Amino acid sequence: MPRIVGVDIPKEKRIEVSLRYIYGIGPSLSSRILVKAGVNPDTRAKDLTEEEVAKITSVIQSSLRVEGDLRREVSQNIKRLMSIGCYRGIRHRRGLPVRGQRTSTNARTRKGPRKTVGVKRKASMKKQGEGE
Amino acid sequence: MARSLNKGPYVDEKLLKKIERLNRLNERGAVKTWARRSTIVPDFVGHTFSVHNGKKFIPVFVTESMVGHKLGEFAPTRTFRKHGAHTEKAVAVK
Repeated sequence: MPRIVGVDIPKEKRIEVSLRYIYGIGPSLSSRILVKAGVNPDTRAKDLTEEEVAKITSVIQSSLRVEGDLRREVSQNIKRLMSIGCYRGIRHRRGLPVRGQRTSTNARTRKGPRKTVGVKRKASMKKQGEGE
Repeated sequence: MARSLNKGPYVDEKLLKKIERLNRLNERGAVKTWARRSTIVPDFVGHTFSVHNGKKFIPVFVTESMVGHKLGEFAPTRTFRKHGAHTEKAVAVK
């Protein structure tokens, strides 16, 4: 079972496809890597020779940021936005869309499942406020 | 759409002049401004700006990591309204 940059072990698929299971590598990067490494994109991942795996690994490690490093970079960028208190940071903090989308309807990806909020009557208002 | 690079960043001229004068005098006064669209340049670091949000002036202390953003990004123009009980906790989240 081939192991490329850490723990990713996609197998049985064409190497061009299985490379995409690595976080940070998509269709175009995957094919570019294979050209650079000089590996036939149609080889199955399990059929790769040791040297081919080594070549692919070295191409990725020399020029790309993938997996943990990339995840860390992304979350650091978001954290920076939140810490300086700019508009985008506030939107991240609130869990609302950041790039100016409408929120009156939709925006479900950011907001999560719908929470219906009914009109609260005066008597019950205090109770529910505590319950939150 | 991003701004064309060959124009360089937009900085409000009057504001920049004011800051340069303050820098020369080594002062750090609060500068009232309406120039929300002005980019924050390294010269601004350490100053406090009172940025207009359409209603009042929001004090913004500029730190190094804010360089490259616009002043307006730090003075929200909208009040966040929410359904449900207006408890202190809900208001404090912001």
